Amino acid sequence: MAMAETKKSAGSATIAAGLREAFYAAVIAFFMFVLLVGLKTDQNIHNELVLVPRPYLLATVVVIAAVVRFLQVVYLTPFLVAQKTVNASTGQLPTAFALRFFSKPNLVIGLVVAAGLLLFGNSLQAAVGPYWGAYVGLLRAAAIIYVVAWAIFYFRSFIGAHSYSLGFTILLIYPVVMVSLFGFQGSLKWVDNFGIQILIYVMLAWGLNIVVGLAGLLDLGYVAFYAVGAYSYALLGTQFGWSFWILLPVAGTMAAMWGVILGFPVLRLRGDYLAIVTLAFGEIIRLVLINWREVTNGAAGISGIPKVSFFGVISFNVSDPNYISKVLGIAQSGAYYKIFLYYLILALCVLTGYVTIRLRRLPVGRAWEALREDEIACRSLGINTTTTKLTAFAIGAMFGGFAGSFFAARQGFVSPESFIFLESAIILAIVVLGGMGSLGGIAVAAAVMVGGTEILREMQFLKQIFGADFTPELYRMLLFGAAMVIVMVWKPRGFVGSREPTAFLKERKAVAGSFTKEGHG
Amino acid sequence: MQYFIQQLINGLTLGSIYGLIAIGYTMVYGIIGMINFAHGDIFMVGAFTALIVFLILGAMFYSVPVAAALLIMMIVSMLLVSLYNWVIEKIAYRPLRGSFRLAPLITAIGMSIVLSNFVQVTQGPRNKPIPPMVSKVYNVYGVSISLKQIIIVVVTALLLVIFWYVVNKTSLGRAQRACEQDRKMAALLGVNVDRTISITFIIGASLAAVAGTLFLMYYGVVVFSDGFVPGVKAFTAAVLGGIGSIPGAVLGGLAIGFIESIWSAYFSIDYKDVAAFSILAIVLIFMPSGILGRPEVEKV
Repeated sequence: MAMAETKKSAGSATIAAGLREAFYAAVIAFFMFVLLVGLKTDQNIHNELVLVPRPYLLATVVVIAAVVRFLQVVYLTPFLVAQKTVNASTGQLPTAFALRFFSKPNLVIGLVVAAGLLLFGNSLQAAVGPYWGAYVGLLRAAAIIYVVAWAIFYFRSFIGAHSYSLGFTILLIYPVVMVSLFGFQGSLKWVDNFGIQILIYVMLAWGLNIVVGLAGLLDLGYVAFYAVGAYSYALLGTQFGWSFWILLPVAGTMAAMWGVILGFPVLRLRGDYLAIVTLAFGEIIRLVLINWREVTNGAAGISGIPKVSFFGVISFNVSDPNYISKVLGIAQSGAYYKIFLYYLILALCVLTGYVTIRLRRLPVGRAWEALREDEIACRSLGINTTTTKLTAFAIGAMFGGFAGSFFAARQGFVSPESFIFLESAIILAIVVLGGMGSLGGIAVAAAVMVGGTEILREMQFLKQIFGADFTPELYRMLLFGAAMVIVMVWKPRGFVGSREPTAFLKERKAVAGSFTKEGHG
Repeated sequence: MQYFIQQLINGLTLGSIYGLIAIGYTMVYGIIGMINFAHGDIFMVGAFTALIVFLILGAMFYSVPVAAALLIMMIVSMLLVSLYNWVIEKIAYRPLRGSFRLAPLITAIGMSIVLSNFVQVTQGPRNKPIPPMVSKVYNVYGVSISLKQIIIVVVTALLLVIFWYVVNKTSLGRAQRACEQDRKMAALLGVNVDRTISITFIIGASLAAVAGTLFLMYYGVVVFSDGFVPGVKAFTAAVLGGIGSIPGAVLGGLAIGFIESIWSAYFSIDYKDVAAFSILAIVLIFMPSGILGRPEVEKV
């Protein structure tokens, strides 16, 4: 009885605290947003700026801030505390939230909803009209995601044990599945915008992982090597008509050379000084590309970059005599080229990953990791830090160059616009969010961050909910930045925060990243 | 010679703005050892706040004296932008204090993306021009000095004096310097470290807000992406002067301002940023801890 009362009074105290915090949040949100959200600067017909008040939007934002803060104080924080508190009578921790959320009854509901909406969703959408139809679509997507997540959750140990072969198989059959689901024309979007786009970032992030994740050198200008690779292929390909297969190693070599050129002067710098100098180099390369108009055509960029051919045997230009549909006797379609590019970037990614895994076991890879953990100890043990750092820069840059020449071939057009600092930041964010040094974690991070923002373009049903002038693309980078902050606060070590040793006595034991201390390299 | 002095005056103006932003970078780095990438965007939010206050003043009153308008813009912008930086520190940096080195850097980059895109979404992606606030130009021995430039230099000098007083003569400044030297020891001696760090962010944001207001007054135009380039240059200035050193930040800001204006006057305006960044790289290679920075001694 007395216990129940204390519990009750504790509950009302939490609610009182929640209301107080919600009030503070509302006041803070009001002052933060009163000018920037409450008023919009618009140009009138005389080209002067005028202010348009938006009181309702401001009120909505303030209310949302208050509600979120209230929920956090009253429900989320006590819930997280309860998850870590042992039950006094049983002496055990409460069942993990994930186990309760992914329970079998829930799966049945999820399966029924998903199957029902897959079968009857379209007719239901037609019946209830576009507004409620949007919610039907949302529910269908949520049910499918739940079922997939359930499967992943229950087979997590299997997936964990076979992650590389499973991931590779899925990636290998991905275009086939997409073509059989949506047809050649319909699959273009999924293979190109999702598959190729994500894989380019996977490759870039794995390349940067060598510099940041393995060698521990903070590089904020990685996009410079990407640009060098892209412009090498673009310039040599358009000027001399050389093939992609000759220029791919050339672009990689050029980028590696630039890696050494940029790496050499900054060898003495450490930590944040290194970061700012690499950022400066990235900006210098971009500014040179913009201003050296005689060679790079300035901000207008280079267009008409030749397509990749299948080792010269099969071409993807419709006018060529060995065009793919003429050689194989099939109908013309632009999708073949995209599927070919998909497998090409997949092969490049596999190459990057394989080289990284093998390098970690070589003396140079071990020297990188030693350098990351403690530079002084490294020197004391007689490791040549100069060559170790330079090889890290060169090899990381080489993969950036490969990715760059692929990018140029895929777009058929390059301009300095594609190589801004934001790209470096995104690649670095993927490396850190995935867990530095972990290839699998980085691939997942790339899929989540890049795929997640790409999928926003597809969410046309949001237009039905928020009104026709709502453009989800506008919020893409806003949500990307917010996701970076949230994931980092939630998991500061990234998705895969453990360290796997390359040398071990009896069995390989992963070490939690928080036990390792990184030097200031 | 007159042309050269003219360029020095332009460089001084530009350098004052960079210096004000650079102080925010260097103070935050000094106290928690983190590159606050969002600081450039804090500066941009300051400029936007000032812009909106300017428009409100223009809409509500028939005419406001320019000095009063500028003062109101600065004060409102300082208050609101401090609030922004305070909230950002609380939600994005404080939970990661004591975490590994790259985590707060990534949240800072995330916050920078959030801030610039937030302004883009709420205020639109276009340039926001305002009519010139101050247009008087003085001619001294063939060198033209605009009133705008005088205002910028005087305001900066005034703020630096106040700031110098706060850091060196008040208990708040003492707490701050203590935290900078040894956070754990300062906490043991009764310094409220969390509060000191919050105040550091607030001071940095106020200086950036003033810089934003002056930037708006000087150029008469602002756009959501304006945070990046001045931010990077101010950070360059902080590193050039020796990061963690407050006089170094001002010195570095002035150096970057002079380099930029002289390079664009005598060589090529296209490559002025390349020149600033190259000089940064060269200085760091030969003087790895900047002009006034303490050499980093690593204890094993």
